[in-house]
Amino acid sequence: MKETPLHTVHVQLGARMVEFGGWQMPLQYGSILEEGRTVRSTSGLFDLSHMGRLEVQGRDAVALVDRVCTNHCARMPTGSIRYSLLCREDGHPLDDLLIYRDEQGVTLVVNASNTGRDLEWIRAHARGLAAEVRDTTETSAMLALQGPRSQEILARITHAVDLASIRYYHFGFGTVAGLPRTRISRTGYTGEDGFELYLPASEGARVWHELMTAGAALGLRPIGLGARDVLRLEAGMALYGHELSEESNPREAGVEFALALTPEKGDFLGRSGLENLGRTRGARLVGITTAGPRVPRQGHELFRNGERVGQVASGGVSPTLDTNIGSAFVRLGLDQEGEQLELDVRGKRQPCRVRELPFYSRTRKK
Amino acid sequence: MRPNDRKYTKTHEWVKLSGEDVLIGITDFAVQELCSGNEGDLVYCDLPEPGRSIEAGETFGEIESVKAVADMNAPVAGTVTEINVHVEEHLEILSRDPWNQGWLIRMQPRSKALDGPELLDAAAYEAFITASKH
Repeated sequence: MKETPLHTVHVQLGARMVEFGGWQMPLQYGSILEEGRTVRSTSGLFDLSHMGRLEVQGRDAVALVDRVCTNHCARMPTGSIRYSLLCREDGHPLDDLLIYRDEQGVTLVVNASNTGRDLEWIRAHARGLAAEVRDTTETSAMLALQGPRSQEILARITHAVDLASIRYYHFGFGTVAGLPRTRISRTGYTGEDGFELYLPASEGARVWHELMTAGAALGLRPIGLGARDVLRLEAGMALYGHELSEESNPREAGVEFALALTPEKGDFLGRSGLENLGRTRGARLVGITTAGPRVPRQGHELFRNGERVGQVASGGVSPTLDTNIGSAFVRLGLDQEGEQLELDVRGKRQPCRVRELPFYSRTRKK
Repeated sequence: MRPNDRKYTKTHEWVKLSGEDVLIGITDFAVQELCSGNEGDLVYCDLPEPGRSIEAGETFGEIESVKAVADMNAPVAGTVTEINVHVEEHLEILSRDPWNQGWLIRMQPRSKALDGPELLDAAAYEAFITASKH
């Protein structure tokens, strides 16, 4: 199993380490619920070095990305970021990812568990294009700083860039902890404001410590994958293997914004499949909350009057809403806010209620 | 060292004689696996109805933390006579005292001899845990 450049840091902090996507990763340093609240109230620091980083270079880099990705890379301004899917010909997703459009080329940030498969898939579809794809995951480190104090904390160790000028889903370059031209993106997977940093592997631990020192007095804490998972669920963000998979219909999963089914985008891998899947939609991804004690988990089925009408994709205990939450594919017609359904937990039924996603938005007041 | 007055299972339950009955609970190791020392991360415990007859090795309940659900299996066969309703409402007891206050079910055992082939004494349980960590 692979270890990130921050491995020793996690072990020294007493993290509970688990296997995730072929990597040893910190599940939690303390209480998962406390870690979730820390990110919402102050800020948290995450090691995301397991995420796959693929560099697409060459004259036709943008054309290759547009051939394999569902979003429209050629339309992206330099310095911008878009969420996209990578689909098979039949429209079923192989992965979801972020596209970073640079002057020199394109960077794709993909899921750890899919990195190898994505790399093979993209290379296999590069025929006739002057483009090459390199996997830089293991020579780099990736950190995320998430939460309302993130800009204030990062500014303390950053020079040569005005962080306020980096808008949401954009990136810039600055000197971070003395490292010139470090890529800084205003992105994240928690629903909070924050940044993701791309570093040489050998500098990962040092930058982590500098950030922790800079942020300690403001309440910055290390955060594990357990809290990250429930924060992204609260924010209504998909996780591959849960809301998206090779078996699922992405047209049901609330990711239409990642699908450029416009004439300008032209043909791409999965386009006709996605158009077909749009016609066979039978369910929609919604939120569920349950007042009962059991936590919804992936695979739990939902019933209405004894009839199976849906299935849970993800679930957890919400640190922000203080209740049990989930995402679920629910049959069209029963997918509206407030519908009462029953959650089946190994034969025991517990009432639950349909909610619109996201459960949490930092910009939308409830 | 864990208490020597009871037997343990490889699925991390314990069983102890208590008068004519047995008490059954889960070990500190099981609790640690579920919540990593954060008692607030335990969210739910499902215990059987008194009167239910349970075979040795059969699942009698479930315990759930923020991240995981685990089955709890009966170390011996018998009939449930009482459940610890206090623990159901105060799961933090399992973190603080899994051995005494944290008992989960009381059973009338089919046999009072705690000598099934699957039952380990404290030393053997300790050795089993040490081996499974490596």
